Amino acid sequence: MNLESAIAVNRFGLGARRGELAEAGTDPRGWLLGQVKEAKTYAALADLPAVSSGLKEFPKYLLKVGLGSNRRSESEQGSMTGSVPSQENRPMDAAAGSGAPKSIEQSFREHFGPILSREFSARLQVGADTPFPFHERLVWFWSNHFTVSTSKPVIAGVVGPFEREAIRPHISGNFVDMLIAAVKHPAMIMYLDNNLSAVSGYKERQGFLAARANAPRATGINENLAREVMELHTLGVGSGYSQADVTTFARALTGWSVGGLFDSGYRFDARKHEDSAKTILGKIYPESGARQAEDVLRDLAAHPATATHIATKLARYFISDEPPPAAIERIAKAFRDSSGDLPTVYAALVGSPEAWATPLTKVKQPIEVVTSTLRTLPRRDGTRLDGAVAALRNMGQAPLSAPSPKGWPDTGDAWIGADSVWKRIEWANTIAARYGDMLDARDIARQSYGELVSSRTEMALMRAESKQQALALWLASPEFQRR
Amino acid sequence: MSSRRDILKTAGMGGLSLAGLPRLTLAAPTGGDKRFVFIFLRGAMDGLSAVPAYGDPQYVAKRGALAIAAPDTAGGALKLDGLFALHPLLPTLHALYAKRQLAVFHAAATSYRDRSHFDAQDLLENGTAKAHARDTGWLNLALGGMPPASAVALGTSVPLVARGPNAVSSWSPSSLPAPASDTLERLAQLYRGDALLEPALARARDANEMMAGTIMKGETQPTVALAQAAATFLTKADGPRVATIDFGGWDTHTNQHGEYGVLTRNFRQLDRTIATLQSALGPVWDRTAVAIVTEFGRTVAPNGSGGTDHGTAGAAFLLGGAVNGGRIIADWPGLSDRALFEGRDLAPTTDLRGMFKAVLRSHLGVAESFIETQVFPDSKSVKAIDGLFAA
Repeated sequence: MNLESAIAVNRFGLGARRGELAEAGTDPRGWLLGQVKEAKTYAALADLPAVSSGLKEFPKYLLKVGLGSNRRSESEQGSMTGSVPSQENRPMDAAAGSGAPKSIEQSFREHFGPILSREFSARLQVGADTPFPFHERLVWFWSNHFTVSTSKPVIAGVVGPFEREAIRPHISGNFVDMLIAAVKHPAMIMYLDNNLSAVSGYKERQGFLAARANAPRATGINENLAREVMELHTLGVGSGYSQADVTTFARALTGWSVGGLFDSGYRFDARKHEDSAKTILGKIYPESGARQAEDVLRDLAAHPATATHIATKLARYFISDEPPPAAIERIAKAFRDSSGDLPTVYAALVGSPEAWATPLTKVKQPIEVVTSTLRTLPRRDGTRLDGAVAALRNMGQAPLSAPSPKGWPDTGDAWIGADSVWKRIEWANTIAARYGDMLDARDIARQSYGELVSSRTEMALMRAESKQQALALWLASPEFQRR
Repeated sequence: MSSRRDILKTAGMGGLSLAGLPRLTLAAPTGGDKRFVFIFLRGAMDGLSAVPAYGDPQYVAKRGALAIAAPDTAGGALKLDGLFALHPLLPTLHALYAKRQLAVFHAAATSYRDRSHFDAQDLLENGTAKAHARDTGWLNLALGGMPPASAVALGTSVPLVARGPNAVSSWSPSSLPAPASDTLERLAQLYRGDALLEPALARARDANEMMAGTIMKGETQPTVALAQAAATFLTKADGPRVATIDFGGWDTHTNQHGEYGVLTRNFRQLDRTIATLQSALGPVWDRTAVAIVTEFGRTVAPNGSGGTDHGTAGAAFLLGGAVNGGRIIADWPGLSDRALFEGRDLAPTTDLRGMFKAVLRSHLGVAESFIETQVFPDSKSVKAIDGLFAA
């Protein structure tokens, strides 16, 4: 019983808060499934911006920096569609020369730094405090499945709203609704360039800001969104769709776009839409405007390859890097039989005996290391989140900045290398220096991993030369690095 | 100083099985003196922008607004020969070509013929003819056939190409203080027998020892900083002989060119990365080869957004003091409609594995039989390209 509650709070949850092991103890499966019956709201997320205001941030930033003026970075690099300078470069930043003109990177950081910082903190705080950790872990899972990323600077203002608007409301709903909400969200449309896709030969009239900023004009098809929806969000790669299916789906998606400064949000632009019937995966879709691509999405969601693709990812995320075929099939069947009802799918996952096996084999991703650490710290400490984002950057998982539309990898071999282990130990050591006096590492170990703590680790904690060292050893221990 | 190596040796004699562990330290005895750097441009670099085939009669017509101006025009490409040139923002590469230290590959691809970034990257890295066929990388496996040597991945994670049974460390800059050595020692004990954590910590300690005292110059372009770090490792007498650098952000579906274009930024950064590597390696440059590759090329025609979509063949580079360069390795298929792969992509005529095999055989001294059976199985038809290294 104790073993299963430790698995529930660590493998399915986000690491135990004080008392959580006992809370999950009597009925771990019921404790988990009770968290996914309906959407959750959090005070920490209440005041964050909606997509309508997030979309205005990039134009505001352009106005601030003087649009397409010849401002250059000190390193002669400037990009509005490349990677976010503030994400990758911070650890090695040169001290800005006083009196030097501001670089594109600096001004971008000054404008978007505070916006992203609020988003990161709120997300970390929810993870650290939520009494519904399984629900929150599923938010992470689906946000990663439908990745949008600040690695594209132009969407830096809307990646936060995306999770709140397209993912969170649908965690306990149906897959098809989440799919449509995600693909229709301005963050996804812009991340995968569908706002710049149009019927071949289209002549885009650009607004003042776009023209001054030398923004690209839509003159024809861009197949980026269509391909990634088929490859990553629904059917999965190699499941039988062709290049022609991708291109035709891209033509169906033309017109799914984003409004301007005064009507910020999703907008169907009929002038960009290719007005024709289309055949995708052997089925004919008559011309029906915005509805055409939505009908395709509904069929993609119901395709059996999608059920298998989602089931495989869930099993890999929750059970093992090499997920057992029996569990995959059980989850896929629940997906097919319920037509994508997510609580039914989660019940099949939680009901899989393979999901409760020991020893712990899933290596924690950096966000999991940091969040489970935060969940062990005293809640009332207002400085608890300090340094967490920097630590995530050090470990290679800066929040909301996945390197590609495929999202963060979720297998141990992608996360455990020499540098990654070193950064995890540095983080454990830094937290221990701050909290070591207040916390008893052995108590924390028992409170969070229960019977899963090995006698060797127990011994190492007991023999540590100081309370700080004991805490560092626990947070870096083989157990705590896994779930 | 009683080093952890002594402790590990003692532990080994005490019966704890270290036999299954590969060479634990980076500081293994090193027989070979050649160096190899593998730079992976993730996201699919547009080969026709990097190496414009300006002499192809179809180039300007097919590329439209994305065509790079011909050599000898204002802001024009840097001429290689009558057919090919380099993007104007790659002057370091151009100078290396003039010094015969750069070989340019074009119409090159792996055996992958679909258009998924992630499968294409996986296949290029695992060395087989199938994505996800194995979870080890060809560069790691090749270490097993070299004079004893280790590799280091610059970055927070080890890319698939360098993953596997042989010793690979990794390193990237940190903003946090290093833990006390006593804490590290206790963790090393705690990790004993842990297949993932034990070797990772041992290699991390070696890597950080090698980097100790190195001042990283203030640098805003991450791969340039990583090139500095790579050179620090590769110039240590007992350091790794192979390094990898990941360079992401090449998926240019929109707005490739122009002042704020993604390729404008990326080519500048790539050029500086190579310049930095060359100068930081000093005399070791003469014994170094650097491969710059990407998972596939992009469509010949621009898409509807001033960018290009996923294609097939593209360009690649092999450069360094050890390379017999000043050559273009291309069996140019042309850009006419009939010549294009599936009517849209540059057709593949050169297999990138021919370059990789040449590096392993002629530069790093890996036996041909080992390459064919262990490193690139099922690739008999692909021969190592001759003449890329001085005999």
